Amino acid sequence: MKKSKGSQIIFAILGFFLAAVILSPLIYCLSTSFMTEQEIYASKLVPSRIGLDNYRSALRVAPIFRFILNSTIVACTCTFMQLLTGALAGYAFGSLKFRGRKVLFYLILATMMIPGNAIIIANYLTMAKLQALDSYRALILPYMTSAFCIFNMRQAFLSLPSDLQEAATIDGCNSLQFFVRVGLPLTLPSLGALGIYTFLQIWNQYLWPLLVTNTINLRTVQIGIGMLQNADSVAYGPIMAGTTMVLIPSILVFVLGQKSLISGLTAGAVKG
Amino acid sequence: MSRFAKAQRVKKPVTFETFAPYFYIIPSLFLFILFVFYPFANTIYLSGTLTGPTGQAIKWIGLDHYRNILNSKDFWFSLEVTLKYAGMVVAGSIVMGLVCALVANEYFFGRSIVRTVYAMPMAISSACIAVIATFILNPTMGILNMFLGTHTRWLRDIKYALPSIAVVTIWMNIGLNYIFIIAALQGVDKSLYEAGDIDGTNFFQKHWYITFPSISPTLFFLLVINVINSFQSYAQIRLMTQGGPGKFTRVIVYAIYLEAFENSRYGSAAAMSVILFLIMFLLTAIQFRIEKKVTYS
Repeated sequence: MKKSKGSQIIFAILGFFLAAVILSPLIYCLSTSFMTEQEIYASKLVPSRIGLDNYRSALRVAPIFRFILNSTIVACTCTFMQLLTGALAGYAFGSLKFRGRKVLFYLILATMMIPGNAIIIANYLTMAKLQALDSYRALILPYMTSAFCIFNMRQAFLSLPSDLQEAATIDGCNSLQFFVRVGLPLTLPSLGALGIYTFLQIWNQYLWPLLVTNTINLRTVQIGIGMLQNADSVAYGPIMAGTTMVLIPSILVFVLGQKSLISGLTAGAVKG
Repeated sequence: MSRFAKAQRVKKPVTFETFAPYFYIIPSLFLFILFVFYPFANTIYLSGTLTGPTGQAIKWIGLDHYRNILNSKDFWFSLEVTLKYAGMVVAGSIVMGLVCALVANEYFFGRSIVRTVYAMPMAISSACIAVIATFILNPTMGILNMFLGTHTRWLRDIKYALPSIAVVTIWMNIGLNYIFIIAALQGVDKSLYEAGDIDGTNFFQKHWYITFPSISPTLFFLLVINVINSFQSYAQIRLMTQGGPGKFTRVIVYAIYLEAFENSRYGSAAAMSVILFLIMFLLTAIQFRIEKKVTYS
């Protein structure tokens, strides 16, 4: 479609203005993280120099690298497990025929109707009973599978041509071999999108890690920056430095994976 | 040997492949039973009991918790707060997502950068943006007051506290709403627009008569998702206001948290969780009803 120069300029101005509004809190956070205390008190917008003092004191107040390590361990493990359990179940529901397929699938879909926060107390009590509080187990176990992953992987396997499986069966391939050698490589785009989405979800979790961890060495990044805020509510320099350090990994993952994330997430939903 | 022959005669021989699908599902099913179905049942059970300090059921008291909750002013107040908050968040999130998507769908120089930025909030955690917003809204050092030339205590004022949190949540939701709407926009039948161009429609007419009807299924999907999400906000409220001033930002999820982990009244908190579930279930059902009416009339 051809567009006039005038309307192009209007949309460009509007587009960049909205982008600036959305980015402004993040840029302001980064900018404040370099400021001196005086500059922060004077509500400056730009630091006079790039100072790293705030980063040093943030790292002194809280073991942020430890938090980042914890979050990385938890997010990577959960993502891997969700992709594994999701791909396996999605494969079964999407490509195989068996008794009770429909019932089991609806049973799993029904879990989407139960809000996580409505069962979080009971899950906490389960962890307490298992004496698993304050451990990686507590952080990881409840998030090793998700209906969202299973549903999306089922869609991915449904979209594979059905004669592929037949041909493989004739060649003497059993279902597990087919899954590993043909299914997984062909559903890689979906796995990628779901992987990025899941990683961000787990990395950004707040309530569950807050409940099940007490010792500082097991805290995740999101709880960690909350701690910075509580430690000394006036020292915004170190708080913004800590927040910047926590933001970098998630923004990096997002920017690197945004193409596959966006196309993967919207593929299933928009068709309907 | 004879057994093998028998198996050959029936339609499907019982082999590894007969059971394989179940093996693939069992890991997920086991985890769902342990961490979704069991806790869900347990929540309903606990909601009818008096609980001890570690959450163990002591005595069955039937519907007493529900009676107490429905008779308490605090509960109705927190429901009101939740509904106000959800209303602001849902409307704001969809409108902002829509505006961003409509702009990003037009062609202009630098559009790909803008598109990345619009989707970015979905990568930012509620804890991070809540901490940044608390600083921006700080009465003395924050830049918002500096820009406006005011001395408003945004998070301590009963008029502004809830809208402030809502705005932060809307910011967080822009990314997800934007990507679904822009994907829907790209799926709108191009020939409709061409027909519109021939009829000489302007930008607003074009979207009002062609775009909105075409993307209404996506908007509906986002409505459901946004309602469900907004009812579950927690981190930003804890980090920005702790439910205050007074109880003016104490949404239901925050009230449940306080009841369980500050007051150690797990039974009552479980009853509130069940009520939360029922409200969300009802709202979703109503929305689906409305959608049916809208599409079939």
